[in-house]
Amino acid sequence: MPGTERVKVTKERWIKGLFSVFAFSSLFFLLLIFAFILFEGIPLFQKMGIGHIITGTKWAPTKGHFGIMPMIISSFLITIGALIVGGPLGLSCAIFLSEYAGKRTRLVLKPSLELLAGIPSVVYGFLGVVYIVPAIREILGGPGFSLLAGSIILGVMILPTIVSISFDAVRSVPDAYREGSYAMGATKWQTIYRIVIPSAKSGILAGFILGMGRAIGETMAVIMVAGNALKIPSSILDPVRTLTSNIALELAYATGDHRLGLFSTGVVLLIIIMILNYIANFGIRRRLIR
Amino acid sequence: MRSPPVLILVLCLFCLFSCSKKGGNLDGKGKQIITIAGSTSVLPFTEKLAEHFMKDNPDYIVDVQGGGSTAGIQATLNGTVDIGMSSRKLKEGEDLNQITICYDGIAIIVNPKNPIENLSLREVREIFSGAIKNWREIGWVDRRIDAVTREEGSGTRGAFEELVMKGKEISDAIMVQDSNGSVKEVVATDPYAIGYISLGIADKRVKIVAIDGVKPTVDLIKVGRYNLVRPFLYLTKGEPDARVRRFIEFVLSKKGQSLLKSEGLIGAWD
Amino acid sequence: MILEPRKIDKIVKSGFYIQAIFAVGLLFAIVAIVVIRGVPHISVRFIFFEPIDMGREGGIFPTIVSTAILAIFSLLLATPLGVGTAIFLTEYTKRPPIIRVIRFGVESLAGIPSIIYGLFGFIFFVVKLKMGWSALAGILTMTIMILPTIIRTTEEAILAVPKNLRLVSYSLGATKWETIKKVVLPTASPGILTGIMLSLGRTVGETAAVIFTMGSSLRMPHSLSESGRTMAVHFYILAREGISLEKAYATALVLILSTLLINVSAYYIMHGIVKRRMR
Repeated sequence: MPGTERVKVTKERWIKGLFSVFAFSSLFFLLLIFAFILFEGIPLFQKMGIGHIITGTKWAPTKGHFGIMPMIISSFLITIGALIVGGPLGLSCAIFLSEYAGKRTRLVLKPSLELLAGIPSVVYGFLGVVYIVPAIREILGGPGFSLLAGSIILGVMILPTIVSISFDAVRSVPDAYREGSYAMGATKWQTIYRIVIPSAKSGILAGFILGMGRAIGETMAVIMVAGNALKIPSSILDPVRTLTSNIALELAYATGDHRLGLFSTGVVLLIIIMILNYIANFGIRRRLIR
Repeated sequence: MRSPPVLILVLCLFCLFSCSKKGGNLDGKGKQIITIAGSTSVLPFTEKLAEHFMKDNPDYIVDVQGGGSTAGIQATLNGTVDIGMSSRKLKEGEDLNQITICYDGIAIIVNPKNPIENLSLREVREIFSGAIKNWREIGWVDRRIDAVTREEGSGTRGAFEELVMKGKEISDAIMVQDSNGSVKEVVATDPYAIGYISLGIADKRVKIVAIDGVKPTVDLIKVGRYNLVRPFLYLTKGEPDARVRRFIEFVLSKKGQSLLKSEGLIGAWD
Repeated sequence: MILEPRKIDKIVKSGFYIQAIFAVGLLFAIVAIVVIRGVPHISVRFIFFEPIDMGREGGIFPTIVSTAILAIFSLLLATPLGVGTAIFLTEYTKRPPIIRVIRFGVESLAGIPSIIYGLFGFIFFVVKLKMGWSALAGILTMTIMILPTIIRTTEEAILAVPKNLRLVSYSLGATKWETIKKVVLPTASPGILTGIMLSLGRTVGETAAVIFTMGSSLRMPHSLSESGRTMAVHFYILAREGISLEKAYATALVLILSTLLINVSAYYIMHGIVKRRMR
């Protein structure tokens, strides 16, 4: 009947409108953060010069020094350390789950490893302080609060991410490839490192990069174990301060230019993470296209 | 899952809940609320005072938070809290009414396993400026000194810089922690650590070092022989109203002051 | 030297087994430590009583309430917003430019560290909008934080619904909205629920964004304008300040149990829904 049709169409249009409001609201909120951080963070770059901030080695905001180079370096070092600790181990677990484990084992093991992701970061930090820091101090020297401690903790924290994404990548390599390799007489390991891994290469890389992003962004656990010293580390036993720790340590106390300095730190952090995200997504998309 | 009526009901609850705001410093039950925020050094003592105050005045609620001296000052200037706590003196432009509630010594602490009993002020300065890097330079083992300082902007650090460093900068190779409690934790667990904390929270887990032969005891501070002392301030925007004054009077009263003194602080009148 | 491929294969195989066992062992060690050192201090008193002496004694009830308030309200705000956005992106727009812009926003925000949210939330909500440290500031911040996750997972779930189901529904005369409501959403619900559960877990465990927005007051919050301390924040403070090692472990245990419960129930709900549909 013509009447009900019109009512139905109007209702449809209302609903579509409602959802578009939702979508644009989401967009608004998401952009709000970007805008705000940039808005607050850029003025200091203009005032002090990008060079002073990014390449400056002295961070003493109450005295006018806003150099965050040591923290940029420390963030990178701790992330690379985390990848060294968590990367090979994560990749191996992923390969194990995909190539060696039986279905039942996989059903138990995979969720277990993903449960690691559910443990709050502060618990990792705490256990790191209680067990890892003293161990480093006694066995290797130094205060224990160090680049090494941070790398270890972060490495364990990004394990689930790397296992998960690498597993998906490795699993999606067609069985045909493997069969072909076996047919030619290769052993399992030869098949894995000559065929499977190279085919899954971009997915595995994406996982590593995503893990990197997580490691660079971690705050609480790092504050607890890394020592927070401002100097560029000269050994892995030196205490370090990352970009994230810098913000968290001084946020509550900062005013005026000091606070702007923290926003500038945030801007640098954001840019680094966006670049990493972009590379990772690009990598995943390439894999899908193949 | 997407049933509108439930959503509307929930949204109403949300509004209701958020509408029971602080309006007029009274909470839903008609009690008077006083909000305090600021220095993490003053915080534990304010919390103790608040606990006792609320016991004696059950129609009051005292809400205490940390955030740091500067945050507390800002919050008071903004009107976000009633009382701001500060462990450092006010700077230019920080136009607030200040009340000294007590004095606090700054204690230099080391791990209980450390045999050193006394350090000169100069030695402490040189440890924190990075000039002295190894314990053997001051008479102990051949181990690097794990010094810990507070973060920039901390009232305690400000006081330390003013009273001990005297213009020399704290080395940036030194570890940083963001509260008295965490500095104490580091020193308590690392045998080769040294740090400075509020005297009032030093306990058996750390060892307090004498400076130039003088141990920071309450008596020695009172007579002026131990000099690393700073005031704990309560700040209000202008004169405090009757509600806030009630609490401040409690803090300055005999009962309040004896509470503070029992915690190792020095009374405001001493 | 061992150059035979078959021998290498065997060595490598055991290598993989060892590493997998190590990784799982790590997980067990973490949980075991927290359980062993935390269980002795868990009691009915611990869960339901208020903390005394800054957490040295007593319980953690206000923190549980604060955590619940934060989680529930954040999800209440973020779920309709996020699911609605996902529906819009997948079902309603045919114009790529808009989709690309929104998706760019969502993707970019996906990896943002929680401290940035803390920085934003603190300066924007707490200071500039004068909310003070409050549950409201925390809720708004957390909502924005979990929005990308919900949008993403919902989108994926909706995209995974076979086109055929939609076509059948349209051919029966249903409108777009009716199709979405009665066919697409129910089919996609396991995926959507997973996203919600993931966000719930994240909210419960989040510290950096919460401590700077919701604050750290130990009192029981009676309204959204009051500050509160969530379990994660309480644990952080207990642990760092060395207030009480035992209470810290106990709080950690409650925290881990909560996140475990959330993850496990998500798993089972997902399976339950799928199973029911299979009948």
